[in-house]
This record gives sequence, structure tokens and C-alpha cells, in this order.
Amino acid sequence: MKNLVRALVAIIITCALLIFSIDYLNKAEGYSSDNTLTIFNWGDYIDPDLIDQFEDETGIKVIYQTFDSNEAMMTKIEQGGTTYDIAVPSDYTIAKMIDEDLLLPIDYSKVVGMENIDKRFLDIEFDPNNEYSIPYFWGTVGIVYNPDLLGDMEITSWNDLWNPELENQIFLADGAREVVGMALNSLGFSLNSIDSAELAATSGKLQSLMPNVKAIVGDEIKMLLANEEAALGLVWSGDAAEIMYENEALTYVIPEEGTNLWSDNLVIPKTAKNIDAAYEFINFMLRPEVAAQNADYVGYSTPNAAAMELMDEEVIADERFYPGPDITDELEFYTNIGKANLAKYNDIFLEFKMSGQ
Amino acid sequence: MKTKNFGRFALIPYAIWIVLFVIAPLLLIAYNSFLDIEGNFTLLNYAKLFSPVYMKMMFNSFLYASIVTAVSLLVGYPVAYLLSRTKHKRLWLVLMILPSWINLLLKTYAFLGILGTEGPVNAFLEAIGIGGQQLLFNDFSFIFVSTYIFIPFMILPIFNAIEKINPSLIYASRDLGASNITTFQRVIFPLTKDGIQSGFQLVFIPTLSLFMITRLIAGNRVITLGTAIEQHFLVTQDWGMGSAIAVVLIIAMAIVMYATRKIMK
Repeated sequence: MKNLVRALVAIIITCALLIFSIDYLNKAEGYSSDNTLTIFNWGDYIDPDLIDQFEDETGIKVIYQTFDSNEAMMTKIEQGGTTYDIAVPSDYTIAKMIDEDLLLPIDYSKVVGMENIDKRFLDIEFDPNNEYSIPYFWGTVGIVYNPDLLGDMEITSWNDLWNPELENQIFLADGAREVVGMALNSLGFSLNSIDSAELAATSGKLQSLMPNVKAIVGDEIKMLLANEEAALGLVWSGDAAEIMYENEALTYVIPEEGTNLWSDNLVIPKTAKNIDAAYEFINFMLRPEVAAQNADYVGYSTPNAAAMELMDEEVIADERFYPGPDITDELEFYTNIGKANLAKYNDIFLEFKMSGQ
Repeated sequence: MKTKNFGRFALIPYAIWIVLFVIAPLLLIAYNSFLDIEGNFTLLNYAKLFSPVYMKMMFNSFLYASIVTAVSLLVGYPVAYLLSRTKHKRLWLVLMILPSWINLLLKTYAFLGILGTEGPVNAFLEAIGIGGQQLLFNDFSFIFVSTYIFIPFMILPIFNAIEKINPSLIYASRDLGASNITTFQRVIFPLTKDGIQSGFQLVFIPTLSLFMITRLIAGNRVITLGTAIEQHFLVTQDWGMGSAIAVVLIIAMAIVMYATRKIMK
């Protein structure tokens, strides 16, 4: 008993000391709410050198925190108690956040460099006139595949995935909108369809894909495809770029029936503490040379047209990752279909998963 | 008098803990389970649980949990028994338990490599002429990895129960002419029932609500109730449905606890 008490006291003292030293260190480093900027972003979604550069230029300390899904990010901001000055949600989540009144409108008198952004990524349904958001990266959903494992077969469309020869060869990303969207597109429907007849047809079509599906997985899909565990995968274009960097045998295709066009955007949450710093960061990221360096590091496609002129020509010319307006005009952003319809998508996805058991 | 007061005083932190972290969350889950996605009162969540999809999921969960528990017991009991007969049993025991000190996620990730197409297991199978097999993303890999993760929780209580047996009871049984098998049946096994019961509960109940392994190792080809709860809370944000499944799961677990105690008695 005596030992137990001693151990407890020791733990409490250690904790107290740690708290004090964190506080002391924060002060010594100059952290306080008026000269720190808290960024809430996806993991590995910015070049760390740029954060250093930003800190050197402005004297603002950056606290960089990460999330791994839009839903998790939104839940955290919704619950309050957070002080994120910048967050980076995807398109349909921004619509939801606007609905829930979680964002501050952007004051364009403080923003420099908006003209650098390609018009294709501005004024989209999820945020008309970009009142709340500024594009950060964009991409598509498509098929990454390994021609070496497929012989002569050419993959150009979603419907190619239903080829019986591809038995047990497909990895799917674990996302209801992505997988149901794929099936909707394969039937020629909009991937924002809320028509019950269309959704019923889609559910049937999706279940007929099951024999070809090897697994439905999360982030590990990148590792599995790069290790050639299967020949094809449904992935986001950014993940595809990463996979292709790991294993050069693979390639990426934007399916001809159309697919999802997405963008991640900088926003200022209502709970932001240092709004001036948030604008400084936005302006910093809008600079062509900064955006170019960032795109080079992250590997996703930049919406910054001025930055593209500074980048490697080979990268920019790659239609797989920088498709021209002729292609992107045919693609669809996800719209906020509402909770009830989203629940339908989730049910279809769950039934699809259960059909494989 | 004094000690009695102290006793009461000492109970306060415990009571606060229980109320805040056990009772309140349970009530919250129960409350949430009657709400639909818009936050209105509904019984639909429970009705939905009786749809074929969820019935199948429930059946699967129990089936897989039973298999994992049975395999753990079949492998774990002899291991615990032999362990108690070895010379350096403490050392062996630590070696058995060591893997459970490592983070679950890390162990699971390791299996992605070990069981992969280019992994060492397939390299071995090819070397001995069986040829490469698909080891990941099926029932086998799910049961194998789950058993690997939970088996220390089966071995440990059984080992402790065996250790507690007074050796003179076994000598007495032998003196009275019982064979090894009879001694095991009539003396050792009945005395280790408590250990089996704890082991059963420590393996069966967590397996029932297992998630993550279902995605990582089974590639969502095995979906348990735990997976569904995780999905409803984190992805679909249908907290009501997730809570309803959780309530059913809690009730099922209570029944399992009660039943094992009855059967083992």
C-alpha cells in the first residue's frame, strides 16, 4: 500500500512538472495566441520547409495538427474547445460546415493572389463565390492499375472493372460516396443521384462487382497496390501519384464515364483565435512559387495557375493528373445530398460489403 | 469507527469514477439509440437491427467470436498446461505475454507484410512446393490473426488456475489408482474451470466487438458488429444506429457472461 501511494505521488509530481515545463517552453519559444497560427490539415499535406519559411518571414509560430477524415475534422470543430485558425476540408464538407455555421466568411480585401487560381476551381456549388473557402489542392477519383499484371488488357472505364477476367483483382477505397459514385457513373447516372430507382439499380450493379473485389481497405491501399497484392484499385488521384512514385509499373486512368472531381480548400473556422495570421498564411500559400514548391512536395494537383508555369513541364503536361478543361468539365463535384440521402448511400455500401460474406 | 469512516471516504473517488465513466456513458448510449439522424425520437434503429443485413452481421459476429474463442481454448489450454510443467515457467510465460505489450495496430500491420503475396509465409509455401496462396482478406487470416492477438488472455488465467492446484491432490489421485486421463478429467480440469471461464470472457467478448482487424486483415470481407459501430460513429455519423447496435451488443455480452457462469458452475 505504501509503495502504491509512493508510486502515485511520483506520477502526479511528474505530470505536474511536465505541465509546467511545457508552459515554460511555450513561453520561452514565444508561443501565445497572438503570434501562433494553428493549422488543422490532412497528414503530410504541406511541405514542412514551407512552414519554416513562413515562420521565418512572419515571426508567427505554426502549430500543425492533422486529421484523417473530413468527418473527424468536422466533429472536432463542431464540438468546440479547439482554436484552429486554418482548416482544410474537402468540397462537400465545406457545404456542410457552412450549413452548420462553423466558418468565417473570407474578407477578400485582405487576400492577395486570388487571381492566381484557375477559374475552374472557383465559384463551385459547394461554396458559391468562394465566400468561405480558397482552393488548396484538387484531383479526381479513378483507377490505378498495373499493366504488367493484366497482360494486354486496357483499362479505360469503370465498366472495365466488371470484366469477369478480373476476379479477385480489385482493391476499393473504403468510402461510401466513392464506391457508390463509381457504380452510379458506370450506369451513366450522376454521382449525386438521389433518385430511388437509380440507386436501386446501382445497388444491384455494385453487388455484381463483388467477385472481382479482393478487399475494401483504408489508407493501406497505397502500400497494398505498390506491393502488387492486386492489379487494380479505386483511389484518389493523389494517392495514385504516391503509389506510382513507389512502384513505377502502375498507371492511373480517369474513367471515361466520368467521375468525381474534388478539391480541398483553406477555410477559417469560427473558433479561430488569430485571424490576421490566418490571412497571412492564406496569402503565403497563394504565392505562385510557394504553391509550386508545395505541389512538388505533396504530389497532388495545384489549382494555382501561376504556380503551374513554374513547375516541371512534364508534370503539368501529364493529363492523368492535370486533365484539361475538356475533361474536368465533364466531371462532377460531390454535392451535399443531405443526411437522409447520405444514409441511403451508406446502406447501399453496407449491403454491398455484406454481400461478400 | 475511524476505519469505517475512512472506508467510506475512500469510496468517493471510486464512486465518482463509476458514475462519470461507466454509468453516464451507458445512459448516453441508451439515450442516443432512440434518436434518428435528425435528432428526433424513434424506434426505427432497433427495427432496422432485425433487417437481414444486420441479422447476418450479428450472426457472423457470434460465429467468428465463437471460432476464435474455441481455437484459443484448444491451443491455449495445452500450452498453459505444458507451461506449468516446464522448468523456467516464468520466463516462458513472459515470452508468451510479451507480444501483448506491443500495440495492436502495429501487430496487425506486421501481418499485412507477413501474409502478403510477397511475404515470408508465401515464400516458404513456394519453397516447399505448395505454391503461393492468397492468405490475406479471407476468413482464415481473420481468425488466425484474431486468435494470435487474444490467445495470451486465454493462456494466462488457465495457467494461473493450474498453478494454484495443490500438487498433493494430483498425487492423491495417482495413489488411488487413477490414470493420467482420469486425473485430468476428474481433478485438474474441474479445478481449472474458473480459469477457462475468465479466459472465455476475456477472448469472446472483445472479439465480438472487434473492428480494425476486419478492415486491415479481412479487407471488410468480415464485418462484425464492432465494425458497424465504428462506421456509424466515424463515417456515416448516424450515432443513433451505432448506439442501438452498441446497446444490443452490451446486452448480448451480459447474457454471455451470465450464461458462462451458469454453465461453468
